[in-house]
Amino acid sequence: MNDGALVAAIRNGNQEAMAELYDRYSSVVYAVALRVLGDTSAAEDVLQEIFMQLWRKPGAFDASRGNLAPWLAVITRNRAVDVLRKRRPQSELEDTTLTVDPDFAGEADRGLIVEKVRSALQAMSSQQRNALEMAYFEGYSHSEISAKTGEPLGTIKTRIRSGLMQLRKLVETK
Amino acid sequence: MSVHEQFAEDVALYALGALDGEAKASLERHLAGCASCRRELEQLRGDAALLAFSTVGPKAPGRSKSRLMDAIAKEPRARRTSHGVNLWAALGWAAAALMIVVAVTLWRQNQQLKSSNVKSVEFIERERLQLEKAKNVADILQAPDATRYDVLPVKYPAPPPSGKAIYSRERGLIFIASNLKPVPAQKAYELWLIPTQGAPIPAGVFKPDSHGSATVINPPLPAGVEAKAFAITIEPEQGSSTPTMPIVMMGTGG
Repeated sequence: MNDGALVAAIRNGNQEAMAELYDRYSSVVYAVALRVLGDTSAAEDVLQEIFMQLWRKPGAFDASRGNLAPWLAVITRNRAVDVLRKRRPQSELEDTTLTVDPDFAGEADRGLIVEKVRSALQAMSSQQRNALEMAYFEGYSHSEISAKTGEPLGTIKTRIRSGLMQLRKLVETK
Repeated sequence: MSVHEQFAEDVALYALGALDGEAKASLERHLAGCASCRRELEQLRGDAALLAFSTVGPKAPGRSKSRLMDAIAKEPRARRTSHGVNLWAALGWAAAALMIVVAVTLWRQNQQLKSSNVKSVEFIERERLQLEKAKNVADILQAPDATRYDVLPVKYPAPPPSGKAIYSRERGLIFIASNLKPVPAQKAYELWLIPTQGAPIPAGVFKPDSHGSATVINPPLPAGVEAKAFAITIEPEQGSSTPTMPIVMMGTGG
C-alpha cells in the first residue's frame, strides 16, 4: 500500500494503517528528533507527538504538495526545535508545504540522498556548515548566529543561502 | 533568476525559520504578492528538508510503537476531517457568517439611528425579523439531523456544473461545487486563485462525489492575496503547479 493509500486509511480511523506508517517512518522521525534534541527521552516524546498529530489530523498532509517522508522529517524538525527553544509550536501542520524533486519512496533512494547530502556538507567550509546547522538543527535566527559567531549578518545570510543552493545542485545531479 | 534578487537571501533564511525582525516582516509582505518568490520559498524548504531527511541515528525504542498504538486506541476520533467537511457543514458556516454580517449591519444601522435621533420602531422591528430569519436558516443548516434532498426536474437534462467560491484575503477560502462530471482515471479537478497580479495560485485538488458535489475548505494559500477570479482545470490527481488548459470553469467576484 502506498503512502497516499495509508493516509487515506488513517482518515477512516484504520489503526493498522497507522501501525504500518509507523514502521515505515518512525526511524526518520526519531533520528531527526534525536539530532535536534540530543536526548533520547525528549526525542521519544516528539516521536509520539508527531504520530499522534498525524492520527488526529491526517488531512494536514497534502499528497499533491510533496512526499510524506520529507514532510514528516520537516514537521519533526520544526517541533523538536520548538521543544529545544522551549517555545510554543510556531507553525501548524497544514502550513508545512515543500517541494522536493527526488522520489523518496524507497529506502534505497533515501540511502542515496543521505550520501549526497553528507557529501555536500563535507564539501562546505566549516563556517558555512556551522551556520546552516545552527539555523536548521538548533533553531537560531540569523541575528543570533551572527552574535554567537561574531560574523556580520550579511555573511551569515550569504552562507546559508549558498549552502542551500549547494545542496540543491548536488541532489539534482543524477 | 525567478526570485527577486533583493529578497533571495532572506527567502533562504525564512525557509529555515531563521529570519527575524523587520527583515522577516518585510519579506512576508513581499511574499503575499509575489508568486515567484513563494515558489522559491517552497523549493528552498524542500532543499532544507534534505538536511532533516538525511539525518540518521539509532532506531526508536521498541516500546514507542506499543505506547503509540495504546494512545491511539484510547482516543476514538471522528472519521471526518477538515478536508472531509461536507456541503451542509460548509453551508452552515456560511449561514453563520451571514448572521454575523447581518448582526454587524444591524448594529451599525442602529448606531446611526441613535446618532441621528431617528426613532423608528417599525424599522428596528423589521431588522429584528430579518435577523431572526437568518438565525432560523443557520439553525436548520447546522442541525445534526439535517439531510439533503436534491429536488430536480423530472424530464429535463441534468443541470450544468456550478461552483461558488467564498474568499477572504485574511480568513481563507471555501469552495462548493455541484453537478460536476466525473474526472478520468488518475485525473482530478484543480481550483486556481487568479490574483490581480502574477501567476495563478493552486487552491486545492478535488474529485466530485457520486452526486457530483465537492468542497474545498481553507486550502493553503498565501495570506493577503487579492483575487481577480477563480478557475478550475483538470490536472493529474496529484495536482499541478501551473494550470493545464483548457479552463473548464471560471468566475469573477462581485
